[in-house]
Amino acid sequence: MSTQHNNIKLPVYLDNQATTPLDPRVLEAMLPYFTEKFGNPHSRSHAYGWEAEEAVELARSQVADVIAASEKEIIFTSGATESNNLAVKGVAHFYKEKRNHIVTVVTEHKCVLDACRHLEQEGFRITYLPVQENGLLDLKSLEEVMTEQTVLVSVMAVNNEIGVIQPLKEIGEIAHKYGAFFHTDAAQAFGKIPLDVNAMNIDLMSISAHKIYGPKGMGALYVRRRPRIRIEPLINGGGQERGMRSGTLPTPLVVGFGEAARLAKIDMASDEARIRRLSTKFYDAIVKEIPDVFLNGDKTQRIAGNLNLSFAYIEGESMLMAIKDLAVSSGSACTSASLEPSYVLRALGVEEELAHTSIRFGIGRFTTDEEIDFAIDVVQKNIKKLRDMSPLWEMVQDGVDLKSIVWAGH
Amino acid sequence: MTYSAKVIDHYENPRNVGSFDKNDAEVGTGLVGAPACGDVMKLQIRVSAEGVIEDAKFKTFGCGSAIASSSLITEWVKGKSLDEAMQIKNTEIAQHLSLPPVKIHCSVLAEDAIKAAITDYKAKHTVEAA
Repeated sequence: MSTQHNNIKLPVYLDNQATTPLDPRVLEAMLPYFTEKFGNPHSRSHAYGWEAEEAVELARSQVADVIAASEKEIIFTSGATESNNLAVKGVAHFYKEKRNHIVTVVTEHKCVLDACRHLEQEGFRITYLPVQENGLLDLKSLEEVMTEQTVLVSVMAVNNEIGVIQPLKEIGEIAHKYGAFFHTDAAQAFGKIPLDVNAMNIDLMSISAHKIYGPKGMGALYVRRRPRIRIEPLINGGGQERGMRSGTLPTPLVVGFGEAARLAKIDMASDEARIRRLSTKFYDAIVKEIPDVFLNGDKTQRIAGNLNLSFAYIEGESMLMAIKDLAVSSGSACTSASLEPSYVLRALGVEEELAHTSIRFGIGRFTTDEEIDFAIDVVQKNIKKLRDMSPLWEMVQDGVDLKSIVWAGH
Repeated sequence: MTYSAKVIDHYENPRNVGSFDKNDAEVGTGLVGAPACGDVMKLQIRVSAEGVIEDAKFKTFGCGSAIASSSLITEWVKGKSLDEAMQIKNTEIAQHLSLPPVKIHCSVLAEDAIKAAITDYKAKHTVEAA
């Protein structure tokens, strides 16, 4: 499917929130654990097991190191979806005799929302808080819904669609004030922004390896030990991972996760600076040439690698077809046959028309200047082409207020 | 979404993109759909004194198949009488472009657009005659 274009591999990969390519340094670290170092890290009786266990424990400390945690607080899982399920359901089930209320936010990842829906069916009370127009949680609205019955506040660190960074420290403070735990889904934040579980009042944190140039199928849940947080496991068995997640650990994936975490910590500042420069270059070039482009989410409280842009008067799917040489994601789910615009953008109060035309450009460690230049060119050309074809754009140019028209919905 | 070669051809090389003056007596304009639903089609026809569609133009805000459906119908209506153009069925458009089931509404919209343009043209001339 890929073709070459002036030394650029097409389509240009700009979907680094969906996943990231494995860093070659990570692959190198992983390889021996597929072959000669194949031992079960839980085997205590021979050197094969000890060798694997040593590698797993090193990885555990490398992951813990990124968030200023202790390695004893890291539970390996199959990824952030499992971690989110384990955190939300695990806490809810363990403490259900004492407290039965959970607070989360409407823009959370589907796996948190879906886990909450399941708990709702079991009889838990869930509050889904709205967000402000900039995508950030209003701390006052959080404080208003907290009660002595609240066991958990679950708010993601960085939103996957729009890249905004929630005020974690303050949210944790409020949660603790009411004796509740604070869980954050940090799949998009870990290794990208500085995180400190103690300074930020975080009790549980979900982490994913493949968002940080590590392997897919690997993640972790940070579970605070002091004061101790108890969770009921989702998976029962041999009692691995301190009984919270049974099952033999996939040593190569764990090693890759550890190495990816180590690199993310070392490279965080330089990666951030590079990605910020590229994303600023892209954004500036687009808005300079094209009117009526809107950046979704807060302008400053956001990670550098995520630009979610709405192109007014152009429909999302035709936009994706036009920029087929860019591997991006549409903010709307038009491509998946349902015509529902993104629930995240709707929660921000983005008008339906604009929510239909939003594209997420995700820049990562391996994005190059040449790729960004190419992307700028593709977007500029095709926006012009599609606007020339758009009756809405024409009407706006003629001074027609689109809101004054009574549209025949269908 | 995998589209047929015909949809992609019409999408990449749309026929008859543009506008006529909607106040021109010879022009009928149809505007259908809604921005909130993700597609709006504007279809215009220029009609001769004999009642034959001499030219057609469109502008479409919508997905690839909405653009292809409107591009195709502008090709089809040229040279047809108003009555003949009224007979075009969305199923013919859908079949010609091999539209997937979830995109059938795009062909419906194109049929609605040509009907609306013809109605607009006829309304103009009824008023003039009266």
